[in-house]
Amino acid sequence: MSSYLMEYLPIVVFLAIAIGLSAAFVIGSVIVGAQRPDPEKLSAYECGFEAFDDSRSRFDIRFYLVAILFIIFDLEVAFLFPWAVSLGGIGAFGFWSMFVFLVVLTVGFIYEWKKGALDWD
Amino acid sequence: METITRFLTSPMMIELIWTVAQIFAVIVPLLIAVAYLTLAERRVIGLMQLRKGPNVVGPFGLFQPFADALKLLSKETILPSGASKAVFVIAPMLTFILSLVAWAVIPFGEGMVIADVNVGILYLFAISSLGVYGVIMAGWASNSKYPFLGAMRSAAQMISYEVSLGLVIITVIMAAGSLNLSDIVMAQKDMWFFIPLFPMFVIFFISTLAETNRAPFDLPEGESELVAGYFVEYSSMSFALFFLGEYANMILMSGMTTTLFLGGWLPPFDWPILYLIPGPIWFALKVALVLFVFLWVRATTPRYRYDQLMRLGWKIFLPFTLIFVVLTGGVLLGFGLLPQ
Amino acid sequence: MIAPLFFYLFALMTVVSGLMVILARNPVHSVLFLILSFFNSAGLFVLLGAEFLAMLLVVVYVGAVAVLFLFVVMMLDINIDEMRQGFRQHLPLGLVVGLILIVELLMVFTQDLSTDNVLATNMSGEISNTAMIGQVLYTEYLLNFQVAGLILLVAMIGAITLTMRHREGVKRQNISEQNSRTRDETVQIVSVDSHVAPKVLDDSRAANKRLQ
Repeated sequence: MSSYLMEYLPIVVFLAIAIGLSAAFVIGSVIVGAQRPDPEKLSAYECGFEAFDDSRSRFDIRFYLVAILFIIFDLEVAFLFPWAVSLGGIGAFGFWSMFVFLVVLTVGFIYEWKKGALDWD
Repeated sequence: METITRFLTSPMMIELIWTVAQIFAVIVPLLIAVAYLTLAERRVIGLMQLRKGPNVVGPFGLFQPFADALKLLSKETILPSGASKAVFVIAPMLTFILSLVAWAVIPFGEGMVIADVNVGILYLFAISSLGVYGVIMAGWASNSKYPFLGAMRSAAQMISYEVSLGLVIITVIMAAGSLNLSDIVMAQKDMWFFIPLFPMFVIFFISTLAETNRAPFDLPEGESELVAGYFVEYSSMSFALFFLGEYANMILMSGMTTTLFLGGWLPPFDWPILYLIPGPIWFALKVALVLFVFLWVRATTPRYRYDQLMRLGWKIFLPFTLIFVVLTGGVLLGFGLLPQ
Repeated sequence: MIAPLFFYLFALMTVVSGLMVILARNPVHSVLFLILSFFNSAGLFVLLGAEFLAMLLVVVYVGAVAVLFLFVVMMLDINIDEMRQGFRQHLPLGLVVGLILIVELLMVFTQDLSTDNVLATNMSGEISNTAMIGQVLYTEYLLNFQVAGLILLVAMIGAITLTMRHREGVKRQNISEQNSRTRDETVQIVSVDSHVAPKVLDDSRAANKRLQ
């Protein structure tokens, strides 16, 4: 196996150990602790009241907008990673190329701002 | 019998056992650090508020974390009747697992790293972007109102601050010229990055506060309105796993701050005498310092309002870091300072 | 020896979790299985030597896109039984789409992939995968890169026009306005009659003087 892949093997082993450890914690407490469930104990918490209605209700669309904007900016960051590493190699041309890319996205950002998409109400 | 011994002494197997030993050498001190961080938090905040904090169990309350752990272990594990059982159980485990596996790429000293991958910083960024799942899954699986509201808030908050976190990381990569964390630390031999990139250092630290849902951004668990946010329905060890994960994440974020801005395992000055103290100790000291600031902030600042939180993330940090990325690139390029 | 083992593990998990995406009854479980299959694909990318793409797959798809999916399926009240009813009705359409996809995949696989294999030339270890992408993406593939930027812009504007709804009667905090307020325009001092006759302050300047 190449040395490159050998660097990733410990991560897999680490993941396996972490999964084992967390499972051991949960199972351990189920074995050690006394389990005496009753319907009241298992009902959803709502400050002592009976739960009014289903908690999985429709939600403010604002959260979707935040998520979509996050995807777009996350992609922008993703494009910046290789650029940041290789800026020394690609020089001024690479810099201005990214500059144009960022200006295009800044136009979108300003539009967002003016439309009030960044205001939380 | 002989085949078994041969199998156990094969190079592959020895390599594997060595790796497992290294991993436990990280996990065990980490869990102890988490235990004592909970104690330190209560003591430090107590002293800042002129109270004593826990001081009864053992000398100076030093056995308090173990008492807490034993208590949580012996509690009943509650599975709410309306919950989605599998997701409900997996959510805290996921939080805990993620806070552990990120440590695989953090360098504790020269060459002291479990997995020295080329894209170390990207791996950390990826793992920290997954933290939101533990929260959403817990909030949804509980099928209860407070956890759901807390989870939604928390998710939106975490993703909002991740963008500026990513942009700050970009400036560090530009200055270091590598995605490998050991290289990033070595690039700080002459000057720690928090000096030239000071504004980024501040923004990074504040964003990590928001990422870990710590005060003053602890709205998801705002106890006065949402009881405890997304882990209202959890008890026993599942609750403890959330807690461990949250504190391990705090330590991880401090470790990230240390690696990116405070010179990792390097001593503060490039004097030979300071190299007598091993790298991991320097690293631990710096992490402890950053963690103290975490606690200090919690003791001093009031909680943000949600619209203020969103404004800070989207309208101040995002444009500012974006401009700083371009500025850093331009300055490094213009003065020919880019690392080759 | 171990690398093929991991390949089969990741490939099997990708296929199985991919199947569970369409077989799971609960849409949230589907999305969670989708995330699992993304993870295993990331593992496959690592095995290929494309570590940057592997991490990007996790950051972008798992860390961002799947979060949106989860938001959507969690909060839309999807009635599962209702969705099942349309199964037969939409079956022909589904089959046609599936068939087209299979044909497309076959067309890709029948191409000779051995030539032009960028990854194979990159395994020299001289230069990191990420830097390799950076060297060409912003210069040689400039046009594609800028088009990607424009697509992101369109996505941003599209998302806003589709989802922006301003609620009526919301009081917003205008921080710069708050900070630029001065004492003169906000504080008014009036004299009030009462039993204990106060000193009459007829203008704010007198009050200021007293405060000093």
